Amino acid sequence: MKRRDIMITRRGALGGAATALAAGPAFSQAAPSVTPELVDAANKEGKVVWYTSIELSMAGAIARSFMQAYPKIMVQTERSGAERVLQRLMQEYASDIHNADVIESSDITSFELFKDKGWLAQFLPEEVKQLWPAEERDSDGHYATVRATLNTMGVNTDLIKSAGLPKAYADLLRPEWVGKLVKASPNYSGVVAVSTYILVQTIGWGFFEKLARQQVMQVQSAAEPPKVISQGERPVAVDGGEYVFLNYKHKGNPIDAIYPLEGSPLISGPAAATKDAPHPNAARLYTSYLFSLQAQQMMVDQIDLRSFHPGIKEPAGRAKLADLKLLRASPQALAAGVEETKKKYTSIFSV
Amino acid sequence: MASSALLLTGEQVAGIRRRRGFDVSMAVFALLALCLALLVVMPTGWLLWYSVTNDQGQLAFGNWLALVTDPSLRAAMGVTMVIAVSVAALCAVVALPLAFLIARTDVPLRRTIRAAVTASFVTPPFLGAVAWEVLAAPNSGLLNVWARQIFGFGRYQHLFNIFTVSGVTFATACYTFPYVFTLLTNAFERVPTELEDASAVIGANRWRTARDITVPLVLPALLAGMLVAFLQALTLFGTPAILALPAGFNTLTTKLWSLFQYPPQTHLAAAASMPLLLITALVLWGQRRVLGDRSFVVIAGRSGTTRPIALGIWRAPALLFCAFIMLFPVILPYFALFKVAFVHNISEPLAWQNLSLEHVGFALWGISDTQVALKNTMLLGVLTACIVTVVVLVTGYAASRRLVPGHRALPVLAMAPLAIPGIVMGVGLFLVYTHPPLMLYGTIWIVLIAFVTLEMPGGYQQVQAGMSGLHPELEEASRIFGASRLRTLIDITAPLLRSTIVSIWCIVFIGALRELSAAILLANANTQTIAVVIYNLNESGDMGPIAVLGILLMLITFAVVILVNRLPMLGGGR
Repeated sequence: MKRRDIMITRRGALGGAATALAAGPAFSQAAPSVTPELVDAANKEGKVVWYTSIELSMAGAIARSFMQAYPKIMVQTERSGAERVLQRLMQEYASDIHNADVIESSDITSFELFKDKGWLAQFLPEEVKQLWPAEERDSDGHYATVRATLNTMGVNTDLIKSAGLPKAYADLLRPEWVGKLVKASPNYSGVVAVSTYILVQTIGWGFFEKLARQQVMQVQSAAEPPKVISQGERPVAVDGGEYVFLNYKHKGNPIDAIYPLEGSPLISGPAAATKDAPHPNAARLYTSYLFSLQAQQMMVDQIDLRSFHPGIKEPAGRAKLADLKLLRASPQALAAGVEETKKKYTSIFSV
Repeated sequence: MASSALLLTGEQVAGIRRRRGFDVSMAVFALLALCLALLVVMPTGWLLWYSVTNDQGQLAFGNWLALVTDPSLRAAMGVTMVIAVSVAALCAVVALPLAFLIARTDVPLRRTIRAAVTASFVTPPFLGAVAWEVLAAPNSGLLNVWARQIFGFGRYQHLFNIFTVSGVTFATACYTFPYVFTLLTNAFERVPTELEDASAVIGANRWRTARDITVPLVLPALLAGMLVAFLQALTLFGTPAILALPAGFNTLTTKLWSLFQYPPQTHLAAAASMPLLLITALVLWGQRRVLGDRSFVVIAGRSGTTRPIALGIWRAPALLFCAFIMLFPVILPYFALFKVAFVHNISEPLAWQNLSLEHVGFALWGISDTQVALKNTMLLGVLTACIVTVVVLVTGYAASRRLVPGHRALPVLAMAPLAIPGIVMGVGLFLVYTHPPLMLYGTIWIVLIAFVTLEMPGGYQQVQAGMSGLHPELEEASRIFGASRLRTLIDITAPLLRSTIVSIWCIVFIGALRELSAAILLANANTQTIAVVIYNLNESGDMGPIAVLGILLMLITFAVVILVNRLPMLGGGR
């Protein structure tokens, strides 16, 4: 209750700030790719279509704050799960339908494919080119990480007292956790497909083969394990989005994220403007806005996402990225290896 | 000579007039039959083609081979068959006594019990599954929490586990049995008491009467109901999507769903839906073989009405039985949904200090999609119901009166969509309507076409049941008096079928509101429905707003169904 109320009030405050920033010189200095000519051209187009898989209320808040900054441009938000967004896009492009201006999802593997097919515009805001770490932007300048999260373990702190907390993935193989674990499936969640691939590279299939004997409850999306441990259906989550765990925690549920000793897979969610965008200028303006400090700070403050903007003010009490052991894989390696990972996973877990 | 010429002309005029009248109605029938064929054949044909080709568009039979060789597909097929057969059996066992009590006896609160059945019918299966997850998950399930308090179980001991094959069967049957119930009550109500009386008069005892009169009249409806239940369970996505994965198995539909995940294996998915099509074709053919030559005309010119059987001292136990049955699809799940909707945090118990309207506010005003989706849902529901009602009435009539060549194919066409899982139908329609000449993608009309196609079987079942008991003698009388076929249809047939028409409309309306899997593929931000909003909320784990929207959906449906039943149309509302 408190959390959502705060979000709403904060949304209002930010909206006001957005107008001020967009009009003032500070914003155009920070993002020189947003020229008055671009804004004029985008205003004439009057609309931008945003395909996104970001959290529901966040999608609405970002779209609203953009429309407050650029009142002449209507944002049509097509929000769904990451896999559904991609599926829709692929369907549409297969039929030569180009609806999307800006694509944004948590599944980086598909952005490699889109790039190969020539669907993405070669466009990145100046801010991203100058400030983003090299591994978080496409070397050819088609897409970059607009938001990131970690794949972590999670625990219900009412059910498991701190002495008994698992600290590493290896701990989950102990007999005391039989029938107590929940895990999302890589066959349904792109985030989990990525993290499974990374974990296999780090700790090997042997871990998963042993994990399969622990009677693990399987769910579809990376947002579900936090829900399941909040309900107390299972006390420990093998995986799940860090931001979802933290969100549930902030809402007052007795849960917490655990950063495993072996490391936490980093899940990069890219954004890109499409090459055949029906509103090409609005697409560039909106993409620039998503990467702007203001939108980035909203994502960090409201739903605990991770940002690569160096200007971000970290929320108090959250472990900093620099202090955590991160596990990464290149988008190319992921695009090549994820399918095999899913097959192998199914043969081990039967779903 | 002149007079004879005049006479000839007169005959010719009459002949022409008669022929023209005949032609108009025939043209309507033929056109509707053609539309039906296109609606069903286009996506099905696409499906067939995709199942035997590869990504390069070349002929390839590897997909069919995978049906036999891929162990995960084989396992999914096996468990799906087990669930579908069990669901059909379970539905019959529950619906038969319930329908008998409601339709033929004086058990108290019949209207309330009927309303409860409608409530379970209105509940989207995936919403019911969410509720049953809250109730009967092994550790957090409310029923198990209570059981622990009552029996002093340990923290991880449980009484019920919804995450099992039997759990999925149970949760599916909860929201499938209304199909069987509706067909059965219609059948029971049409058994004329005078026939049973006659049987009693000539000395048959109660059992003999039941065996010779009631059972043969009700059996077709029972079989038809079980058939629908079986096929619904076979192609259902919502319930297994929520419950099967945590239970550690895939059904054919969840397997299909995973085939559509990135990177989509559309051709394999098309092949994997072939068993569903084949099974349906076989079952429908079997039904014709068994019931085809058995028809009973019960609504003729002079027909008695049914008289309720007095239960005497058995009234109270009968009521208890009905209430007990309704505990599972309605009372318990909606209790669970109310708790989730009005308790602030999912982890908190139901207590005064934890109650909040936060989820209600968020669901209605916090999510910008809700209002658009509500409007779309109503529009689609009403349009789908009206269109399907007209189409199935006319095709059902044309088929039963054998009015057009190829009338035998009509029932098969109308029933065929039953075999196509919504998700596959969604892809089929997407391909059909993103290419010229019909570019409908992105509009609400493609969703409407999907809904009309998918809801056709439900409506057709009703019309078949209603039409088979309707003797042509009244229509013939009307025709003899000079009315055209269309006029007869409107003046004689439609009023006789009023209850059938209302039930077709309601069943289709409800079905359209429940539909999820095709809408999810075809709808966009401006054309989405409440079911899609709920599904998206489920992906992000927002249980509170899901429960709020679910309850809202039920209230709306109820209001509409009550309204339609009271419409002063075709002799209703008296």
